[in-house]
Amino acid sequence: MSEALRLEFNVAGNNFISAGSASDEVKKTLKMLGIGAQFIRKVAIAMYEGEINMVIHAGGGRAIVDIFPEKIKIVLQDEGPGIPDIELAMKEGYSTATDNIRDLGFGAGMGLPNMKKYTDEFLIESEVGVGTTVTMVVNFI
Amino acid sequence: MKIKEIVKLLNAKVYCGEDLGEMEIHSACASDMMSDVLAFVKDQALLISGLCNPQVIRTADMMDIKCIVLVRGKAPTADMMAIAEQKGIAILSSEYRMYSACGVLYANGLIAGDATV
Repeated sequence: MSEALRLEFNVAGNNFISAGSASDEVKKTLKMLGIGAQFIRKVAIAMYEGEINMVIHAGGGRAIVDIFPEKIKIVLQDEGPGIPDIELAMKEGYSTATDNIRDLGFGAGMGLPNMKKYTDEFLIESEVGVGTTVTMVVNFI
Repeated sequence: MKIKEIVKLLNAKVYCGEDLGEMEIHSACASDMMSDVLAFVKDQALLISGLCNPQVIRTADMMDIKCIVLVRGKAPTADMMAIAEQKGIAILSSEYRMYSACGVLYANGLIAGDATV
């Protein structure tokens, strides 16, 4: 495996206007690198959902993205409230989002299942009161 | 169907993408929930929505959607227009409600593209 291209982003919490800009940067970079459109779509959706989650649930966080020739690894770290029951959180339709968030078009309980669906590797590590780390890998081959 | 035909059929106001009128749109989807767009939409070039915030544009961009119709006469904010201009996404606004806007376009040949339910 050759050396990765690393991109790092601070995702601002509760800033609904800038939410998605990190995903946008990653999408642009992959396009520039000539990665296939079908892979870019998967990465864009998974990372965007993750970014939105950090903004609405965790007060922001950090995204560390390593791009290899054959895959991309995205690590999303936050110091938010944590997820008490990951299995429950993974269920389609389950959401702890408030009506306020639903008014913004999110909180349908599709975020985490979507992230899993569009990635080849998906791992959530979470501790209540400490934070959550989501690791996702999308293979380009 | 070309974007300029959509503008005509929906009697829409063009807020962004005046130059995209000739672009061909082959299928469409409609939702106020961006999570649903991200979960269920495949290769659709038009998004019809009653939601009016920057995440509508971001979602469209992530899904490679090239044209957004805001229904119920909603006008995009300056933030929305800035992102759309940068991404080359057309924003139209129509007085039609969601159901009617969908009906008009469908009746004129713009299919859903997910008709295998």
